[in-house]
Amino acid sequence: MTKLPPTTRTARLKPLGLWAAPLIFLGLFFFYPLGAIFRLAIDAALEEGLTTAVLLRVWRPLGFTLWQAFLSTLLTVVVGLPAAYVFGRFEFIGKGVLRVLTTLPFILPTVVVAAGFNALLGGRGWVNLLLMNLLDLNTPPIQWMQSLQAILLAHVFYNTTIVIRVVGAAWAQLDPRLEHAGRSLGASALRNLWEITLPLLLPSLLSATLLVFLFDFTSFGVILLLGGPRFATLEVEIYIQALQRLNLPLAGLLSAVQLACTLLMMLAYSRVTARHPAVSLSPRLHGEGTHPLRHWREGLLAAVVVTMLLVLLVSPLAALGLRSVTRLEAGRGERAEVQSGLTLAYYRELFINRRQSLFYVPPLLAGRNSLVYAAATVAISLPLGFLAAYGLARRTAFSHRMEALLMLPLGASAVTLGLGYLVVFNRPPLDVRTFPLLLPAAHSLVALPFVVRTLHPVLLSIPGGLRQAAAVLGASPFQVWRHVDLPIISRAAVVAAIFSFTISMGEFGATTFLSRPEAPTLPVAIFRFLSQPGGLNYGQAMAMATLLMGVCAAGILLMERFTQNGH
Amino acid sequence: MLEVRDIHKTYEGKPLLCGVSFHVAGGETVCLLGPSGSGKSTLLRIIAGLESPEAGQVIWDGSDLAQVPVHKRNFGLMFQDYALFPHKSVAENVAFGLKMQRLPGEEIERRVRAALQQVNMFAFANRRVTYLSGGEQQRVALARALTPRPRLLMLDEPLGALDRSLREQLLEELRSLLRHSGAPAIYVTHDQEEAFAVADRLILLHEGKVVQQGEPAKVHASPVSAWVATFLGMGNLLSGKVKSFSPLQVQTRAGCFTPVVHGEWKPNIGERVTLLLRPWGASVSPEAGAVNQLSGVVGDVVFRVEGYRVSLRSDDRLQFQFFLSQAPAVGETLHLRLAPESINCLPAG
Repeated sequence: MTKLPPTTRTARLKPLGLWAAPLIFLGLFFFYPLGAIFRLAIDAALEEGLTTAVLLRVWRPLGFTLWQAFLSTLLTVVVGLPAAYVFGRFEFIGKGVLRVLTTLPFILPTVVVAAGFNALLGGRGWVNLLLMNLLDLNTPPIQWMQSLQAILLAHVFYNTTIVIRVVGAAWAQLDPRLEHAGRSLGASALRNLWEITLPLLLPSLLSATLLVFLFDFTSFGVILLLGGPRFATLEVEIYIQALQRLNLPLAGLLSAVQLACTLLMMLAYSRVTARHPAVSLSPRLHGEGTHPLRHWREGLLAAVVVTMLLVLLVSPLAALGLRSVTRLEAGRGERAEVQSGLTLAYYRELFINRRQSLFYVPPLLAGRNSLVYAAATVAISLPLGFLAAYGLARRTAFSHRMEALLMLPLGASAVTLGLGYLVVFNRPPLDVRTFPLLLPAAHSLVALPFVVRTLHPVLLSIPGGLRQAAAVLGASPFQVWRHVDLPIISRAAVVAAIFSFTISMGEFGATTFLSRPEAPTLPVAIFRFLSQPGGLNYGQAMAMATLLMGVCAAGILLMERFTQNGH
Repeated sequence: MLEVRDIHKTYEGKPLLCGVSFHVAGGETVCLLGPSGSGKSTLLRIIAGLESPEAGQVIWDGSDLAQVPVHKRNFGLMFQDYALFPHKSVAENVAFGLKMQRLPGEEIERRVRAALQQVNMFAFANRRVTYLSGGEQQRVALARALTPRPRLLMLDEPLGALDRSLREQLLEELRSLLRHSGAPAIYVTHDQEEAFAVADRLILLHEGKVVQQGEPAKVHASPVSAWVATFLGMGNLLSGKVKSFSPLQVQTRAGCFTPVVHGEWKPNIGERVTLLLRPWGASVSPEAGAVNQLSGVVGDVVFRVEGYRVSLRSDDRLQFQFFLSQAPAVGETLHLRLAPESINCLPAG
């Protein structure tokens, strides 16, 4: 590790000075609760002993978690590989738009996606209502919600993007000459794929697969909202044991198992990504790897992939938006009475407390809560992210270790985090029930890796000479920061802020644990409304999910703008 | 054996190849020579079957290859920058083509060993190709292309990525390997010296067309156009007008000359032509003369093994280079008498 000379006077701050706040934050809000969970798990194991009954209660959700993650990953790779090929090798009209579209899953909250699939394929969804109307049925013909297929489909929706991004980029970087060499030496197209292309793509394929598996493994909202209690993964089981059965020791044990698994996967992931090829495989000329669609077969493949992606990514979201403004009620046994038509009733209902009940919170308030929490999350995560990014930019051995530490919260599941907070923060002043900043703290922890990853490369890109020039011209350290750093990083800061805002708006896992019943967030409210019967509740859930989707889509568009103008 | 007939290809809307035709006979090494961007590599890729032409045919022993996919053509192609498979060892790279032919294991082993010995790379058989130097990679790439015994070998700038001294050494090896293999070969380069050294026949490509082909010595002796002369490194060009026809006299700004004409082309009286003055065969004359004489001020004298290379600046700022056995003084005014056979008359342009 070479130690670069400090480039500015601001950078000459003692490392501890930069790191103090992020480290205290991580320690208090991440390691302390996680440590408590491990203690809880160990206590539970010591007290009850690891009997077969206990092990079985751990194994059953663990087994199912692994199984669904395996299936989801397999499907995702099968869907994602052809798309990665098309994205990596061809130029076609609309590729840019499609690329932006594939960023949607990165930022869309699970409740929105679940609501979208519900609006498309659920009992009150478009497909079922249409079929009931066409085939003259009284009950929805597709019992699709609460099934493994629903879970798998949502996971494919979420993670195909990862395969497209990671493998597609590697494919575009792969020198086509290597494939041509194979062909000219007598390999058929299929043989060539097997002997040359796939082995060369293997590192990226492996890292994408591991990442997808990790996300499928820790998936919570999708399983809870689309699978239902029959399909308890570790995450859902932790939620059920902690919040419904109040069996904290078992929840702790499950969390510990979950953490161990994700840690292993992250370790494997960093191993795979650290292995760089010894030579650059990239084409000699930029863009040589991609070319326009030439053969009709290429055109057909691209058409199939584009159609598939559009259906996969757009149809649930479009169904959600349309459903939120459509009255489509097929009353039981009175199919002929189907009321249909456009309506804004569901949106109007959001402002009304019909039940006059104490615990009922009008959706409007949930929206306000979400906005306040999101603002607080930005206020916490952005300064912390700045400090950490400056610390990392010093590129010392110490900051290198810190980088790994900072990325750790990515691997810990939000549910585990929420459980940890419940366990440790139960006394004033830090009490989950009364202290309002715990929720934003948890959200900040989830957002922090993304904030740092957004700021860090931009900080590195500032030439040290600029700061030195400003200092020589008489600028104080603060003035250097104000006139050199700030103008350059302000765009990245805006992007990071939007990132952290949308993450907080949509966060579901930790929020289910930490939001007080009288102060739910938008995702929690959507979840509550979706699990209640009645067309009005369903419609309101659709309306709220649509609003949330709108906020996130606006976030993506803004980020896209700011990153594009930056170059 | 190979016949390329009237190939057309555009690249990003611009014509790249506009009706290229040539043939390659058995055992012959043909050099495709042209500046970069003249479509040489694309032509190779079309012959290999990696790209299809917009018009024209690639014919092997009388049959059109349009419907034969790349991997069934059995044409060897050595890529610029070699394109060695980074995930395979040296031996695995060389064995790849044989494996595709589904040959038995021991035969593959035997032929890989022989091929690696032939290019002096046997000691590296189990190395990863990513650890090889440029020259070593070149040898492995050559072995990989040759080992499956292709019926045609194509080499795309095989020495382009190497430094000068290594190039000269490898050029020797390459020549002997090509003679040895007996397969016809197409060698693509933009370097005329490399082409002269390797080719049985040169094919010059310019603006999407074959502008001249023939044995290296013949092409060098009688370039068909000023462009060919310039591209082949012959710099002493002088434009003029045909004054009389027999004997042929050309009037230029630097004097009157009686050049020779090669080939079919016959200039007409009054036509604008270009004269190519060979740098050898000039002798110093005491005073300016009427015909085949060039006068100028000596600008620069460099000692070369072939003789003193003298830059001569004539009255109207034209600059020429000649090799003389005696070194004149810089700044001196020099009168050179040129032999008529060392003056070529070429079409203008």
